[in-house]
Amino acid sequence: MPETSVFTLDSVSVLLVWTAIAIYALAFVAYAVDLARRGAMAVEVKDAAAKDARVREREVVMAGAGHGASRDAVAAQALGGESALDAPIGRRQRLVWARIGTSLTVLGFLFHLGADVTRGIAAGRVPWSNMYEFALTGTLLIVAVYLAVLFRYDLRFLGTFITGLVVVLLGGTAIWFYTDIVPLMDPLKSVWLVIHVFVASLSTALFALAFALSVLQLMQARRERKTAAADASATGPAKTGPRFLRTLPSADALESLAYRFAIIGFIFWTFTLIAGAIWANDAWGRYWGFDTKEVWTFVIWVLYAGYIHARATRGWRGARSAWLSIIGFTAVIFNFTIVNMFFKGLHAYSGLS
Amino acid sequence: MSRPLSDDSTAAVPEPVEGTLRPDDHADGGRAEASDDVAQPALGAIGWLRWGWRQLTSMRTALVLLLLLAIAAVPGSLVPQRGADPNGVTQYFNDNPDLAPILDGLSLFDVYTSPWFSAIYILLFISLVGCVIPRTKHHWKALRAKPPRTPARLSRLDVHRTEVIEATDDADAATLATSAVASAQQHLRKNGYRVARYDTGRTLSVSAERGYLRETGNLVFHAALVGVLLAVGIGGGFTYTGQTVIIEGRTWVNTLLDYTSFNPGRFVDEDGLTPYALTLDRFDVTYQPLGTEGAGQAGDFVANLTTQRAGEAPESGKVRVNHPLEMEGDRIYLMGNGYAPTLTIRDADGQVVFSESVPFLPQDTNMTSLGVVKVPDGLPEQVGLVGFFYPTQAPLSTGAFASAYPALVNPVVSLDVYVGDLGIDGGIPRSVYTLDTSEMEKLAGRGADVDALELAPGETAELPGGLGTITFENEAPDGASGYDGSVKRYVSLSIHRDAAAGWVLVFAVLATAGLLAALFVPRRRMWVKATVEGHTVRVEYAGLARGEDPALADAVDQFAQRHRAGLSGPPPGARVD
Ligand code: HEM
Repeated sequence: MPETSVFTLDSVSVLLVWTAIAIYALAFVAYAVDLARRGAMAVEVKDAAAKDARVREREVVMAGAGHGASRDAVAAQALGGESALDAPIGRRQRLVWARIGTSLTVLGFLFHLGADVTRGIAAGRVPWSNMYEFALTGTLLIVAVYLAVLFRYDLRFLGTFITGLVVVLLGGTAIWFYTDIVPLMDPLKSVWLVIHVFVASLSTALFALAFALSVLQLMQARRERKTAAADASATGPAKTGPRFLRTLPSADALESLAYRFAIIGFIFWTFTLIAGAIWANDAWGRYWGFDTKEVWTFVIWVLYAGYIHARATRGWRGARSAWLSIIGFTAVIFNFTIVNMFFKGLHAYSGLS
Repeated sequence: MSRPLSDDSTAAVPEPVEGTLRPDDHADGGRAEASDDVAQPALGAIGWLRWGWRQLTSMRTALVLLLLLAIAAVPGSLVPQRGADPNGVTQYFNDNPDLAPILDGLSLFDVYTSPWFSAIYILLFISLVGCVIPRTKHHWKALRAKPPRTPARLSRLDVHRTEVIEATDDADAATLATSAVASAQQHLRKNGYRVARYDTGRTLSVSAERGYLRETGNLVFHAALVGVLLAVGIGGGFTYTGQTVIIEGRTWVNTLLDYTSFNPGRFVDEDGLTPYALTLDRFDVTYQPLGTEGAGQAGDFVANLTTQRAGEAPESGKVRVNHPLEMEGDRIYLMGNGYAPTLTIRDADGQVVFSESVPFLPQDTNMTSLGVVKVPDGLPEQVGLVGFFYPTQAPLSTGAFASAYPALVNPVVSLDVYVGDLGIDGGIPRSVYTLDTSEMEKLAGRGADVDALELAPGETAELPGGLGTITFENEAPDGASGYDGSVKRYVSLSIHRDAAAGWVLVFAVLATAGLLAALFVPRRRMWVKATVEGHTVRVEYAGLARGEDPALADAVDQFAQRHRAGLSGPPPGARVD
């Protein structure tokens, strides 16, 4: 590649990265407006729901869920939120701002994909061989998984989280992690680079979704508790957190969805662990040596195993397991940032100095 | 949307055969009172033991131990570990002379073999075994038991559909009911369900259960974890690793004597190593050319070997990064490489007293390398040389030298000269890479009267004090250009026999397969019941999730639709709910 030319493929890639960041930022704004408007809508819906309540109450009782009357309002809302969650694409709620947000996210994704592919072509290898490239590809996969999941579930209420996260990570990457293209170090010349790192990024994306859902689950559970308490004491409406929560699925539904993403992420993470060990056995002469990065991969695996257990343990389902999912994802991010940058170990491939 | 069964509806379902055994505090379990009974304090020693065992094998204990394991693993990434980074530990002791011994007392430099870390995982695995064995027994029985009796009131289940079919008369209705249940039974069996008929009078029903694989997967997963631990523990005893250095043109033999270091597992027979020999013919490496991105970065390392198994013809072999060489069950890894300048020392009369290629240890990526020469005999006094080899010597701004590029562009060796006592006669083993100068006098080098000796390949210099001469031999083959090949290279190899790795992989793959089944195979029960009511038949479909099963409602709906469509009688349309 001619070094003198201003428009090297790599500089095109950088340009595309910044364009993608700008578009994601706009998507974030659109999604934020959407949440605000959901909040306003929720008030109207609640009025309508109050009228409807008697009818629904009967339905709920007929369905065999014999709850106290105070929980029925919540349950009725939850039923609405859950069916919206599962609604096929054609029959989703018409949320103009969410649509704008999603369209912008798709656009940003295309630029992002372009940036990743041009970087790969410029380097002549898979674009995940140093920290800059891991982050570029990792964030791309987060958006890809989010967009893919939208085909199945209407998770547009996670749009602010996803676009916000990606803007921060990708922006930080472009500013702090940028590394010139250099040839691969010998230990990285392996098919396991392609597999191990890709699958690790994929599970990160799934854990991110699970994390966001767990956070919402906690917020929703808090709102449900407060609503129930307010209903019971008949002191009138209490402050129950952001209003958009009312348009979202129930805490239970959010929890089981978070769980589904977490277990898929866990499978991929297990695979990451095994693939890493196989690679280490070829490259370093042992499959496991408690190198810092290995330690953290193990810690994260055990944390998510704990999360899955917690979901099956009486007294831990609900809020406590949600906290484990949050801690798990925090460890994932910690592993990617702090451990890569500051911890000494054999995985010295960040390309930063 | 289906939810895992809530506790009250579990109680509502009669279960002649409970499908899976769960620890008492499983979220889906309804046996809370049972464990409370055992906790009664009036029990004797056996009772307490039982109680303790029950606590240890409970879900809650397993969970707490898992979380403890995660937390306990963290310090090992904060403090250097003897296993992974012994030099880091030495460095840590030097940098923190006060703190380090305290941390050492807490085993923080050996976290993963420390008593507290071991205690956590051993307890965890005891808990695991205690949990898995009774469940395996139970599952074994469940696998050959019949699916449970059809509940009396299917309408109380999570997922429930009803169809009412009109028949022409009562007799026809009875026939219709029989064929409806028979075809349901057939369909369910084809869909992988285990089925059983429960007919009482005018009510015919089929009870079906599928997804035993879920529990099988769970048990396989947990058992495979034990397998991994055992493989690591037992296999480790038969495992050894050893290091050696081979200089170009030299041969190394797989005997204890030829290793520079050797770490055998407990059960390794050190005298029984399989004999074979390796000769390093040539070491190849490429460096990114100057003036490009990443200039000087090394890559494409290849150690070209001639391998010789006992009683066989020699063969050629290569060791590369990521591609170890297999020899007689050993794996040979390329761990490092460097230059080994060939130095010849003659006494004042011209007699050769030392002539060897001396491996110099690389200190930076440009291969500035440190080396030591010891001449114990042949000269009036013992002589020690210590100094650097620069493949491409260049001055630093400080006036000192460093190598500016890792290939042989301007190779220079620079040596300080000491005379006196090398300290190698006392029987204390000394590293060949360090020179103990405490009993020696410096004759050349900084601070001495004579400057350090500087030699390029092919040059000879006088040793100070009339000791003799030293020659830096040029090893380049005839016709080589520049300094190409003027200095020999060496490789450091690591030789491993790992008896555990294969087993660990087998168990890890088993665990993953088990995990996939345990997490994604839905375990569900389905019932189809036909009740004759006059000249109509009421057909009910019901499903019950056993554990996480998001697709249950769809599955029951689909089954009901297909089953209904396949029935004779008037077309569907009489749906009630
Ligand atoms: C090394 C320690 C352990 C690890 C890493 C681990 C990991 C896991 C994982 C990943 C799952 C989810 C997959 C599945 O459902 O099969 C699971 C489930 C389960 N584990 Fe463990 N486990 C461990 C120890 C234990 C122990 C000691 C017990 C008994 C107290 C136990 C009991 C269970 C049970 C009952 C389930 C099924 C949960 C359900 O119904 O969804 N595990 N375990």
